[in-house]
Amino acid sequence: MERSILSRRNFLGLTMGVGAGAALAACGSSGPGTGAAGGGGAGAASYWFLTGAPGEGIRTNTVNRFNQANPDAKITATTFQNDAYKTKIKTSIGANQAPTIIWGWGGGTLRSYVQAGQVEDLTSWFGENAAVKDRLFPSSFGAATIDGKIYAMPAETVQPIVMFYNKRAFEKIGAQPPQTWGDVMDLVPKFNAKGIAPFSLGGQSRWTNMMWLEFLFDRIGGSEVFQAVFDGQKGAWSHPAAIQALTLTQDLIKANGFIKGFSSITADSNADQALLYTGKAAMMLHGTWTYGGMAADGGDFVSSGSLGYMNFPPIDGGKGDVSDTVGNPGQYYSISSKATAEQKETAKKFFKEAVLADAEVKEWIDAGAVPIVKGTEGAFGATKDADFLKFVYQTSANAKTFAQSWDQALSPTAAEKLLDNIAQLFQLKISPEKWAENMNGTIGQ
Amino acid sequence: MTSLAPPALRRSSTEASTGGRSGSVSWLAVPAFLMFVAFGIVPLIGVLVLSFTQWDGIGDIHPAGFDSWRTVLSDPALVHALWVTFLIMALSWAFQTPLSLLIGVYLATQTRYREILAVIYFVPLLLSSAALAITYKALLDPNFGLGAGLGIPLLQQDWLGRDNLALGVLVFVVSWQFIPFHSLIYQSGVRQIPKAMYEAAEIDGAGRLRQFFSITLPQLKYTIITSSTLMVVGSLTFFDLIFVLTGGGPGDATRALALDMYKRGFQANLMGPASAIAVILVLVGLALALLLRRLGGKDASESQMEGV
Repeated sequence: MERSILSRRNFLGLTMGVGAGAALAACGSSGPGTGAAGGGGAGAASYWFLTGAPGEGIRTNTVNRFNQANPDAKITATTFQNDAYKTKIKTSIGANQAPTIIWGWGGGTLRSYVQAGQVEDLTSWFGENAAVKDRLFPSSFGAATIDGKIYAMPAETVQPIVMFYNKRAFEKIGAQPPQTWGDVMDLVPKFNAKGIAPFSLGGQSRWTNMMWLEFLFDRIGGSEVFQAVFDGQKGAWSHPAAIQALTLTQDLIKANGFIKGFSSITADSNADQALLYTGKAAMMLHGTWTYGGMAADGGDFVSSGSLGYMNFPPIDGGKGDVSDTVGNPGQYYSISSKATAEQKETAKKFFKEAVLADAEVKEWIDAGAVPIVKGTEGAFGATKDADFLKFVYQTSANAKTFAQSWDQALSPTAAEKLLDNIAQLFQLKISPEKWAENMNGTIGQ
Repeated sequence: MTSLAPPALRRSSTEASTGGRSGSVSWLAVPAFLMFVAFGIVPLIGVLVLSFTQWDGIGDIHPAGFDSWRTVLSDPALVHALWVTFLIMALSWAFQTPLSLLIGVYLATQTRYREILAVIYFVPLLLSSAALAITYKALLDPNFGLGAGLGIPLLQQDWLGRDNLALGVLVFVVSWQFIPFHSLIYQSGVRQIPKAMYEAAEIDGAGRLRQFFSITLPQLKYTIITSSTLMVVGSLTFFDLIFVLTGGGPGDATRALALDMYKRGFQANLMGPASAIAVILVLVGLALALLLRRLGGKDASESQMEGV
């Protein structure tokens, strides 16, 4: 009797152990697994994208419209929060569990997918479907093109980085928005004397600081300075224009050009935008995606017309074209090379028929963003943000060079080193020369 | 004849029971052992292997010999990260131990409102590190935080924007969060001390202070070692709090080893060097735990109750 009870106990212990192990093993693979398999049958393509208004709603609507029109070839969508997605997508692709449609930012990250053979080459598909390609901004294809081949469909909206300013703050000191870099430096003491910070900056996020360097490099030395870095030329970071740009940045910091405590402010919390619309800071260099947030959270700041915007001012004696801009030339949809032929077909059909179709274009414009589709200015007049939309469209369409943000354009390894060194530069812990030396070590990585 | 019977009976009964018990006990250890192997040993071996490879987390894994180790060991950032980790460890230990010891001793005595106070003390322990970090970040914001809101100049520091202040804030938040836990350990430790010792001391004319230093503190020796081990080894893995509160900044002022590992591995896609740092973390943690056990004397199970 006793024996049989014991053996049953042993048996239970064993089964529980094995059961728990099996359950855990299932956990390990089911996360990405369900995503890849999708919920709507074998042919369904999976699509992961980001949460957050207004993009999430618009992307979901596009998928729903496609699914209604194509009952046989469905797309199942899964949404992720921005930072979680960045880690998740990398892990999934590394584990060959990527979704059929990979949402991304193009540039250096896309290059790492291409090098690992994880995404489809869409060059010939765009050749066959020239109509799809020709209606989009040509500048949006740069970040989708790796070594002459197109690996992603540019989509969604164009987001240049622009100089926002608070008109009320300028009224207080009786000054005009800066026309040159000299004006910027003259405005700094005037604002500080009135207790207003000249510039808002979410410095802890690091890429926020980077936007300053992107413009200063361009305005002083032209777009070819960063292009040389991108092309992997030895010592490209120590170009004289680069050293001058870094020196000007540190001069601005030493003159208290940025809000007190900028190095502990994050952009994710929108605290930098809040500084501008509450009038604690007079100006802010930021992406056009912040417009919606300021309109929503800033009370009557945007609706009363107190928000001003302009392109980055020129620098005396600089070689860069004043029309140049940087930012996100688009968002990018790639197709996983590990997907089944059927899933790939569905994804391509989705790109052709649903992505940036008229209904989606209208939704983006209504949300205060400029889709990367040519000839949409006509639709701006009907919206309350018409002036801003026109400004974004003009800035993007007229830019001689629309550069991609550095941290997106470079490889993730080089980008991380860049952001680290930028944080040190803004803390005045390293000199421009030391900065250039550190960064030269990352060229070609 | 009768004297033979009982032993025989006893032997058979002990055989059955010990045999059965040891059998079931070893079986029951299997799930825990499997879990430990699956989530402790296997990843550890994986990390060790990865540290000798080159991998970006997406493509193929290439063997790279000692490349990652050479990169990591020759990088001044490693020394800096080790130093930051050590500072956080030492400062938070020095700050937490006396405070939690005092609170623990206080909570162990029979005072009015003790239960209510105990509940209040333990509230920080219920909060997640990420939530804490977000809250403190909002409170300490130089432009919208507590100092600016109340107009108190003393609180209007650039708390997270200056190297030493940011480190200090980090140690403070860590302590604020974990002092309740260590107080709980000390409280139970104090309650284990026999009353007779204090009674004897009182008869000998020892005052409260003398009792604390001559009885409570020596009797808590192993509790202190346990609590210190948890603090020291735990502080090696602080990640969530630092990641959310300062992101390693300003600059790299609070870039501790665990954060450095994450940034290299998951942001810079350098899994090889990140794995090397992980191995270093494991080694440092093991060495510290071993050292603390040594400090506690050769035989930690030796009785403190001799003569009681």
